[in-house]
Formats: sequence, C-alpha cells, structure tokens
Amino acid sequence: MPFIPHTQDDIRLMLETIGLSSTDQLFAEIPPSLQHSDWSRLAPAVNEMSLQRQMQDRAKQDEIRLNFTGAGAYEHHIPAVVWEIASRGEWMTAYTPYQAEASQGTLQLLYEYQSMMAHLMAMPVSNASLYDGASSLAEAILMAIRCQSNSNIRRVLIPRSVHPFYRQVIKTIVRVQHIEILEIPFDLGKGQTLVEQLSLYSDQQLAALVIPQPNFFGTLEAVDDLTDWAHQQGALVVGVVNPMSMALLKPPGQWGKQGADIVCGEGQPLGVPLASGGPYFGFLCCQKKLIRQLPGRLVGRTRDRNGKEGFTLTLQAREQHIRRSKATSNICTNQGLLVIAATLYLSLLGAEGLKQVAIASHTRTRQLLEALRAIPGITVVFDSPFFHEGVIHLPLPVKSVCAQLQAEGIEPGFSLTDHYPELGECFLVCATETKTAVDIQVFSAALQKILAKGVAC
Amino acid sequence: MLIFEKSKKGRHTAHHRSEAMGDCSDIPKHFLREEPLSLPEVSELQVVRHYTQLSQKNFSIDSHFYPLGSCTMKYNPRGIHRMASLTGFLSRHPLASLSHSQGFMAIAFDFQEMLKEITGMKGVSLTPMAGAAGEFAGVLMIKAYHHARGEDERNEMLVPDSAHGTNPASAAMCAYKVKEIPTDSQGNLDITALKKAISPKTAGIMLTNPSTLGLFEENIQRVAEIVHEAGALLYYDGANLNAILGRCRPGDMGFDVMHMNLHKTFATPHGSGGPGAGPVAVNERLLPYLPIPMVDKQNDHYHWLTEKERPHTIGRLSTFMGNAGIIIRAYLYLRLLGREGLARVSEYSVLNANYLRKRLQQLGYTLAYPERRAAHEFVLTLKREAKEFGVNAMDLAKRILDFGCHAPTTYFPLSVPECWLIEPTETETKEELDHFVEVLKDLRREMKETPEIVRTAPHTLPVVRLDDVKAARELDVVYEWAH
Repeated sequence: MPFIPHTQDDIRLMLETIGLSSTDQLFAEIPPSLQHSDWSRLAPAVNEMSLQRQMQDRAKQDEIRLNFTGAGAYEHHIPAVVWEIASRGEWMTAYTPYQAEASQGTLQLLYEYQSMMAHLMAMPVSNASLYDGASSLAEAILMAIRCQSNSNIRRVLIPRSVHPFYRQVIKTIVRVQHIEILEIPFDLGKGQTLVEQLSLYSDQQLAALVIPQPNFFGTLEAVDDLTDWAHQQGALVVGVVNPMSMALLKPPGQWGKQGADIVCGEGQPLGVPLASGGPYFGFLCCQKKLIRQLPGRLVGRTRDRNGKEGFTLTLQAREQHIRRSKATSNICTNQGLLVIAATLYLSLLGAEGLKQVAIASHTRTRQLLEALRAIPGITVVFDSPFFHEGVIHLPLPVKSVCAQLQAEGIEPGFSLTDHYPELGECFLVCATETKTAVDIQVFSAALQKILAKGVAC
Repeated sequence: MLIFEKSKKGRHTAHHRSEAMGDCSDIPKHFLREEPLSLPEVSELQVVRHYTQLSQKNFSIDSHFYPLGSCTMKYNPRGIHRMASLTGFLSRHPLASLSHSQGFMAIAFDFQEMLKEITGMKGVSLTPMAGAAGEFAGVLMIKAYHHARGEDERNEMLVPDSAHGTNPASAAMCAYKVKEIPTDSQGNLDITALKKAISPKTAGIMLTNPSTLGLFEENIQRVAEIVHEAGALLYYDGANLNAILGRCRPGDMGFDVMHMNLHKTFATPHGSGGPGAGPVAVNERLLPYLPIPMVDKQNDHYHWLTEKERPHTIGRLSTFMGNAGIIIRAYLYLRLLGREGLARVSEYSVLNANYLRKRLQQLGYTLAYPERRAAHEFVLTLKREAKEFGVNAMDLAKRILDFGCHAPTTYFPLSVPECWLIEPTETETKEELDHFVEVLKDLRREMKETPEIVRTAPHTLPVVRLDDVKAARELDVVYEWAH
C-alpha cells in the first residue's frame, strides 16, 4: 500500500488491542446513510514511474524559449544552493515552530530573514511572511486601519499604477470591512502618480496612501514627495515594493522626511521560481510603534534558562490561536519554505551581488526598450526613470501580435488592453539579468518581422 | 552564531555576478539608495554549512515522529517533490499564454474535478493559499449568498467552543459577530444550545467533522437540518478530512461550503510553517460566488474563468493562481493513491489513533472522551498528573522532545484542561507507535519519581526552556549591525 506500512499481523494485533474485529468497526459512529462507497469516477492508482512519464509530457507543454513577461513575477537566476538546501527534509517537513526548543533551526533562520528584510527596506521590523504580494498589501491596509486612533477613518488612496491584480485582491479582502478604497489616476505621459493630482484628496480624512515602487509600469514614483504629502494629511504611508529593486533604489524607511510606516510586497524575486504564480511569499515591515498591529508570525531573540542565546515566536497575543476573533489576522500557516529560500538567496548574493542583479536587470531592460523603440511604429510610452519594466505601444492589435510571438516560443510580455484601455494597444515588457544581448535581438527581430508583415497587409 | 556574525567585509561570492553588469546612471540620484545595504558577506560553503547545521536543529517528519494534533504530519513523498520540480512546471510564468499553459492547466482542471468527487460538492476553486484563506473565502461566499437574497441582517457566525482559532478570526475578517456554541458531555455540539443561539441573524455555522476533539459529530444531519431551517449555511473546516477520506463526504453531510488543507490531507510538505493551500468546494447554491481564477475545459482545451465569465465571484484572493506548486503536489499524491487508496488513508490513520489511544489509556493516561471512538486523533487530559505530580501538559510535552518525539499539540482544544491532541497519521509503523508508548511509560515513572527532570525539560536539545517573557518585553526581532 503506498506510504502505509501496516502488515496483516500489525492490523490484527492492533485491532485486538482496541478490542475490535475489523477496521470497519472503527467507523461505527458514522451514520450508515453517510457512508459513501462509489468512487468509480476517480481514476485507479498509478505508480511513480508511469506518473513521472505523464508529468514529463505535461511539463514539456509549458516550456518556452524566451520569456519577457514580468508584471509581478520575475525570472531571475537562482543559484543551485538555494533549493538544494531549502529542499532538505529538516526544512521541508517541519511545521510551525511552536516547540521552540525543537525548532531552533527554523526560528534562527526566521530571525535572520526578518533582519535581512528589515535592512533591505530600512525598516526596524519585519514579520516572518504572509502569502504573497497582493495579500500582503491587503493585510498592510487592514493594519493601517487598525493603527488609526479614530476608528471612523477608513479611507485609503491607491494609485492606479499599483498592480491591477493587487487592486482586485484588495477589493475582495478589505471592502467587506467597510474600508473605502479610492483609486488615483496616473499621468498618461509619465506613467507616474502626480503629487499635484493628490490635492483633490487633501483635507479629507485619510487613513493611508499606498505608494508602489517601482509601480506596475516599471516606472519610478516620486516617493519622497508622495510620502511627505501623505504625512501632512495625517495619513500613514504603505509602501509596496519589489525587494530586488531595493538594492538599488531608496528604501521605504528613507522616503521623504519620516519614511514609510508600513512596507509590503512580493518576495518572489528573491530565489523563488516562477512556478505558475506560487508558492511565493509576501513580506511585511513596519515602524516599531506599530508592531502590535502587525499580522503574522514574529520571531524574537531571547535567552534560555542557562543564559544561552535562543529564538522563539513572540508577541503571539496578536495571533488567531490566542486571540481568536480579536486577532490582527486569521493567518496561521504562512509561506515558511519560501522564506527559507529567500534567506539562502540573500546570504549567497550579499549586498553587492543583489545590487549587481538589480543593475544588470535594469541595463537589460534599457537595452530592450532601445531595441524595440528602434522598430518603426513602436513607441516606448512613458518617458520616466524605470527599474526593469517598460510599456510598449504597438501600431497593431497587441493580442494578435503577442499570439504570433508566442507561436515562435517567445512570451513577449503582459497585454495592458484589458486593465488600462486608456493606453491603447500597449503591453508591459521586462528583461532581467537572465537575458542576453542575443535574446534581446531575437525578440526585437521577431517583433519587427511581424509588424512589417502586418503593416504590409 | 548568526550568519551576520560569520560575515567578513570584502568577501564576495563573485560567481553570481552577471556579465551584463551595465550601469544605472540614467536613474536620477534622488531615486537611488544612499546608505549602504548590510547583508552578510559569506562564501558559498559558509552558506551551505550554516543552513545545513541550522536545519539539523529542527525536528521534522523526515527525522522524527511528529504526532502534532490537527496538523496531519504524514510522510511527504519525495517522488512528488521531484515531479513537481520539473523544469516546465517551475519555469512557467503565471501570465503565460494559454498555448504555454496547457500542462499546468490540465492538472488544475483534473484536480478541481477530483476534489468535487472527494467532497461531494458541485464546484471547486483552488486559489486560497492556506486553510485560513480558504475559510475567509468560504465565509465571504456565505456573506455574498445572503446579500444576494437581501438578508444582510444576518450578521452572526456560530462557532463551537472547540474550534480552531482561525474560524472565529476568519469570521471576524468578514465582519461577522462570533457566537460560541458549547460542547455537550459526549463531545458533540450541544444541540439545545445551538437551537437557542440560532436566529434570523445567523448567517452560518463553522464546524470541523470529526471535531477538534477527534470525535465524529454524531448529530451532524440534525445540526444541518436546524441550521438550514433557519436559513443559515454550514461551513466545513477541512482540517480533519484525513479521518473520513474515501469514506464519507462533507457534501453528503449537508455542508454548503468547505476548504481543504492540502498540506494536511494531501501530503504536501509543511515547509517549516508553510506553504499550504486551502482550496474551497461548494454546493449548488454557492457556485456563482467561487473565487477566481478557475480552470475550465472545452474541446480538450483549457482556459481560465475570470470575472468576465463569473460576474458574481467574490473575486481574487491571490495575485495569480494561489499556491500552484502545492496544487500540483496534492494532485500527484491523489494520482498515486488512486480511488482504491483514498479509504486506506482514513482506515489506517484512524486505526493508528485508536491503537495509540488504547495503549496510553492502559498506561493510566486519562482520555477526554473515553466512551467514544477516536477519529484520526484523540485528546488526553493531563489535569490529574498536573495535580498529583505538579507537572503540566507543557512540561510533559517538553520532556518527550528529549526522547526524540515531537510533542503533540498542547492546550488545544481550549475546552479541555491540560490537554494533548495526538495525531499519529497513517504513515507511521506500529513499531513507532509502540516506541512512543514506551516513552510515555517512562514518563509516568519520571513524573512520580523525578518530577523536577520533567519540569525543567528539555535537557538534550540545543537550548533549554526559553525566556518568552524577556522575548516579548525586550523585543529583539532584527539584528543590529555593529558598524
């Protein structure tokens, strides 16, 4: 029996001990009318060998030649060490470190992770992970609302330059708590949120302003001005950032005069494969004075009774297993294994390595945008500083052009026509350090050919 | 020693540098990081050794018996991990075109269909990223259902006193008031109290069956009748699905909506705290509200269902498609089990639990519900030991760590004093269970003869008991570099 070790003798002896004659009697308390026996619509078992064969075929269907899609999930090189070590059974098959003495490995690693994320964001506190980028922003907004001294202040400003899926997730998660989400438009020429446009919202009772960096278009936002504006209104600043970019860009803790109050985002760029969108992990950092409103697990360094250094889960009174309906969040299981991978990744690269990956990604994207801009009919839409993505406008329908590139094994990027119809026939491209000059050439040549053909007919 | 303390200035692992170094001089200076970033500067070998040694300080299923109640710490098959790590699966971008997604989407679709069959429900969405996220989705669907019927006055969610903490927390996140229902002397939901609590304000009830007490809710059909008659809905917390897998189905019991914990019942690794996955399944009346995206199939071609096709959806819960890698793993587990393997999971998990329970009772331990049959887990109460020998449930849990066994869940469910919740799972041998019995036999002797050893346990682990008060009072949650 797969994974079940019982022999006939075992079963007999165990039933004897219990005082039963068959295993069916174990289920005597289940009313007979509820016992279901027809499972014929499920397939019979297959063995590992044949299943592996089938899965190789299925995995093959999803392989491609070149990927230039980012839009919230980024293809970076992951050093072999990351998953070799993260896949050790001692990491993979442990659970939440409730028994601290038997979980010092996990707990120390989480403390190291919290420290690395805090340094990267220039924030004093980081939790031990949430589910993913979008849900971490939802939790950050709920946290910002809890931090208000006046519980009637429930309005949050979110630029439309925040990832459209993040904004959808926020609607699902926070609206039910009667939080008002106001979306602010971006400047169509710059692809940035303009501080001038915010004046419409001043003198209102604002709980928080969300500031993305870089924003969904890859463009850099004027984080200092936005932060200072929000603080002048008495609102909190919630930064949502790409952690990879923070090796290069000004970290949220240093935005404006006071820095952001809460920072969250998608941890995937730090050592997590694309893998169809998950498992990834969300991160959440905050200023010290807000720590009691922080959702999720938190590890603290302490001493044992002999005075030896050790690590333990702390401030657990925020959490659902203690506080139940009064908890800061319902989160229990988080994304521990991905945090392990990220900690390995950050240790391996170090500050210098991380910065190099960030700069290389930026450079490749600049080269890509230059190559595409040189193609007749194509424009690079926004004329603003960027990190590693850009918006491209095509003279032909985006979806049909993309389909032709995909047929050649190139994923060209993410079409913006559904989410930003005001931009016209646009799509979002990304190049990371994984792309070579030749890759960029292959992409631009293929695109040029398709456009030439399209214009001709 | 922390990784930071192994760092030495100027030590770079140069081979990770990209040849396309380039420059960022086109980015105006005020956007750039001014202060240097402090991350460890260590060699690749130092990283490998540091995190290998740290891992060895953990108890895990691969290394230890791990009877942590409510968590279903069963064996996580290695073959599954390998198959889920095939290049095509790991490299697929979540926004890849349909033409480069048919492999993953076929798995997701097949898995949705399999879960419908297993749960007796009509529709499944795979996107919630853990049990608690599934609960949130389920409760939000209940809310959407009542709202569509113009019954917004239903603002109360009923939860048994033995429920997981996530149940009331999820209900609160959906802006429900939580009302607790007590348990009767036999461990079932108190029907009289339920009848009293239920009203036109009731939106629903959240139940685990078998309950967190490890007992099958014998009156479940009666409970369903009462709740439905009042116009409210039943939520099934799938944490304990292992106990009934391939034997009975929440849909047949009268539940309207449920989540499953793939990291429990379907053997995906717990990853030192996650990731899990918490797909939701619903019956007919909640079908329109399932969270997106879902996968559909037409003419052997798979496509996404989004808000366009499903306008009444509660919406999106994750940036992309939830914990896709966990979905693949759970699917592979089900394929390896096949239809004939499902019932074996519940059969042997319940056999193991009842055997261990009987043996511990024979040693003199007190069962919380001795007249009942255990499901896949059971509750001991150690209040007698606490009174007689001055050792509490936590002391005893810490002491068994010294014998190489992970502790059971302690002080949960909250309704039983000084309790242990023990779940051995079906993948443990009789010998392992017998070893655990021997450990608890020694423990009985110790608590009588040398209770001080128990009170000060553990003694053989990297640290002895930690000062939690100091941890909370003198918060040290981030390492400060000495510049």
